[in-house]
Amino acid sequence: MLSGQLVRHLFSMAGRVCLSRSSAGLGTIGPVEAAIRTKLEQALNPEVLELRNESDAHAVPPGSETHFRVAVVSSRFEGLSPLQRHRLVHAALSEELAGRVHALAIQTRTPAQWEGKTKDSLGRLFLINMGPYK
Amino acid sequence: MGCSGGRAPGRLPGVRGGEPRSRRRSAAAMSGSLSRAAAALLRWGRGAGGGLRAPGVRAAGSGGDGGGRSAAQLDTLVKKDKVVVFLKGTPEQPQCGFSNAVVQILRLHGVRDYAAYNVLDDPQLRQGIKDYSNWPTIPQVYLNGEFVGGCDILLQMHQNGDLVEELKKLGIRSALLDEKKDQDSK
Repeated sequence: MLSGQLVRHLFSMAGRVCLSRSSAGLGTIGPVEAAIRTKLEQALNPEVLELRNESDAHAVPPGSETHFRVAVVSSRFEGLSPLQRHRLVHAALSEELAGRVHALAIQTRTPAQWEGKTKDSLGRLFLINMGPYK
Repeated sequence: MGCSGGRAPGRLPGVRGGEPRSRRRSAAAMSGSLSRAAAALLRWGRGAGGGLRAPGVRAAGSGGDGGGRSAAQLDTLVKKDKVVVFLKGTPEQPQCGFSNAVVQILRLHGVRDYAAYNVLDDPQLRQGIKDYSNWPTIPQVYLNGEFVGGCDILLQMHQNGDLVEELKKLGIRSALLDEKKDQDSK
């Protein structure tokens, strides 16, 4: 079905980012990235938290911390709609979103959803254990 | 998913899909004397009300009214059309990869009659809609006056089939259903 292609398309877009990311120096974690991680850990007590600084793929100066992608697995998301889950993430990062962070891609899963990820095509969009988006 | 901050990041290359037929017409209409700044609201295709609406460009909030964006005004705005999106850029020329993704998802479902507001043309709208929806980033998608989310959520709805169902509630048949039927009948 075409949708598969679309998804690949969309993620090749979001994903150009990730292609460049692998060469972007994994050792450098900026203060904003560190703050995002800390705040999400405190707010959501996640079982899994993956965070990527994708700024290098955008038209911003090298070393910027403006564009991020985050994947969170947390039991706090139980019973919440996607909208509500995203709001939780936004709330935890309100300071960053009001400041320097321009873009934040969010993926949320409950532990149960995460466990079943091999059966769930959505799981393939998840950051963990993934190579670059194609 | 979306962008919140100062300037729009450059559009990522290589992601533009083909243009639907009706869009070409409206793009042609746009290339005329209308300035991009006036193109805050784009609309094309047939109106939901049944009458033929000429494809073209209508300005929303540029020029005349100039006033702030009250919650009541935005309330009217998001309820005026069944499908309303707030983008960086236009459906023809999204200025942000996330806005582009929203446009492409709608295109894939064959949704052509939707109201698209370019927040880059209207700083008040840009901030106003964030406040209204309590959502810090653009794009933003409304179905039947209800805030649905940004790019990530629309994509998720596309993938898990919810979008087809939500469109059905609005009386819009997703083009993906027909596509599937074609495949099944082969």
